[in-house]
Amino acid sequence: MDGFHDLGGFQGFGKVPHTINSLSYKQVFKQDWEHLAYSLMFIGADHLKKFSVDEVRHAVERLDVRQHVGTQYYERYVIATATLLVETGVITQAELDQALGSHFKLANPAHAEGRPAITGRPPFEVGDRVVVRDEYVAGHIRMPAYVRGKEGVVLHRTSEKWPFPDAIGHGDVSAAHQPTYHVEFAVKDLWGDAADEGFVVVDLFESYLDKAAGPRAVTP
Amino acid sequence: MMKTHENNTSTPGERAQALFQVLKQKELIPDGYIEQLTQLMAHDWSPENGARVVAKAWVDPQFRELLLRDGTAACAQFGYTGPQGEYIVALEDTATLKNVIVCSLCSCTNWPVLGLPPEWYKGFEFRARLVREGRTVLRELGTELPNAVTVKVWDTSAETRYLVLPVRPVGSEAMDEEALRALITKDVLIGVALPHVA
Repeated sequence: MDGFHDLGGFQGFGKVPHTINSLSYKQVFKQDWEHLAYSLMFIGADHLKKFSVDEVRHAVERLDVRQHVGTQYYERYVIATATLLVETGVITQAELDQALGSHFKLANPAHAEGRPAITGRPPFEVGDRVVVRDEYVAGHIRMPAYVRGKEGVVLHRTSEKWPFPDAIGHGDVSAAHQPTYHVEFAVKDLWGDAADEGFVVVDLFESYLDKAAGPRAVTP
Repeated sequence: MMKTHENNTSTPGERAQALFQVLKQKELIPDGYIEQLTQLMAHDWSPENGARVVAKAWVDPQFRELLLRDGTAACAQFGYTGPQGEYIVALEDTATLKNVIVCSLCSCTNWPVLGLPPEWYKGFEFRARLVREGRTVLRELGTELPNAVTVKVWDTSAETRYLVLPVRPVGSEAMDEEALRALITKDVLIGVALPHVA
């Protein structure tokens, strides 16, 4: 989903509001309700098993853009959890509105139904040059747009496999399990000279990748 | 009395409490569930855990080798695995390489080892800028790197959860493991800061 959440490389933001080693993190929850965000998310995902954490991420992505920009981090997870609990029939919009005493604005409905993983291909190996598939996915996907169509080198293939986010993120519990790959990209290959030099490593599911044409990289 | 207008007049806290009340009325919240999870999030998951892991790796070559080969097994020796810390990879800094962690799409962090992510890590500025102008962002935060050092940003976009294994600083040769732990801050584990001997 090419939404506002996909922020990597987005320009126009100011300085990161932090100085190294300041201790502001020591009060983990700054407001008396913030601990409820993850707690209620886990009640729905882990205790009631009504949705996956992938679906929570997708629900955050489905927040209306203007609302997304104006909300605090934990607030977005409250809205996402409420949205999924309504969509799965655990609670109703009317009950939320009643408890709040005003309209509880939820995330927008999904634009897509998700998609299955590509299966039956041989795995990639460390040192392989791979290209991120040049495809546009309206639903949930864990491929930041800045690597779409770009070429990189595999540094690591995970020893474990996980459900394909584009499927499980839409509630498909039959989602195929796949390894992910740590793929290294040169920053200059992503944004040309309009960037600092260096590298970015993105952790990409197998279905997002193809073998690149040309020789295997010499040094992984 | 119920308001019928569409205006969002409620506060984030009121909305969180409203969702809590609806679930509570339906008896869907187990006794102690929120209290137990909050204890983990606010206290048990802490960068002091990651500091123990890094300090041990600095003084114990065998443990360092394990941490770099199988970060999950190394952190499990301390009991530092769990939600958002089930597949752990340690990133080794060298004299010419500085690793930094981000989650450009949301906020993914190695909770048991680093603690929950701080506000600035989840903020739009860090998520948007670090992948593209890593060196500049580090400089603004207070970490100036020599030109010979390459910046490598790790975007936490799937299930791998990272921690940075920094270079043991000059001047720390005589320090024992406990003293070394004090050099390893949350920002050192994220990778935006270097450890220094005071």
